[in-house]
Amino acid sequence: MRIACPLCGDRDRREFYIQGAALARPAPEAGEDAWQDYVYLRDNPAGETRELWYHEAGCGAWLVVTRDTVSHEVRAVTLAERGLP
Amino acid sequence: MSELIAKSPCAGLLPAEAGGLRLSEAELGALTTLAPFRGAEKAATRALKAAHGLAWPEPGQATGEANKRAIWFGRAHVLLAGPAPDASLARHAALTDQSDGWAAVRLEGAGLEHALARLVPIDTRPAALSPGRTARTQLGHMTVSLTRLEEHAVLILAFRSMAATLVHELKTAMEAVAARG
Repeated sequence: MRIACPLCGDRDRREFYIQGAALARPAPEAGEDAWQDYVYLRDNPAGETRELWYHEAGCGAWLVVTRDTVSHEVRAVTLAERGLP
Repeated sequence: MSELIAKSPCAGLLPAEAGGLRLSEAELGALTTLAPFRGAEKAATRALKAAHGLAWPEPGQATGEANKRAIWFGRAHVLLAGPAPDASLARHAALTDQSDGWAAVRLEGAGLEHALARLVPIDTRPAALSPGRTARTQLGHMTVSLTRLEEHAVLILAFRSMAATLVHELKTAMEAVAARG
């Protein structure tokens, strides 16, 4: 698997660390249910998924990677500092 | 008060030669990372130009010459190598002295990319990493900064604590390439 870092270009999987699902954080006052879902509830899709990856052995940027868990195709990579796509 | 003698990171380890390649320690001078404050990127660019005459490097780029370089060093980081940073830069960027933190080596010789190919997961041939281009990547299991200085010379920076490993890995690769004849 290769991930095209927006800063470094196409790089090997070994340079990256996966953090988990990329989710929109609820507002602080959103209530227990919203926070329960944000912290614990995860989908396990066969298909497109959006995750946070860290380019730990490269530029040190956090990335939002949209990829397909069935075909392993990486569809989009953006800098997490720009927000969720 | 006793006088302590400063040792360079690769003291006693280098230089080394094998198969037409030469590995030597690079004297870079002061090393400072510049991390621009949010929204101050343009001001930091201007300050670097005014204070040191260096262009702010884009991702993957290194600017300057032998005793004065600005090397892209990761997301929102630039390494100023050579001069001590001008005080005017501190208004626009966080400055961190890294001078004793990095081991810097210079690998030179035609075909150096054959030795690097055994250690580095990216394409380091001149077509992909031309003079003035830089990359943060791995060398073995270490993270390094890799900059092509000239057609047949690269600068490699690794954590100082890993200097002996860096030299060992590179020497082993150089000798293995030389042994192929």
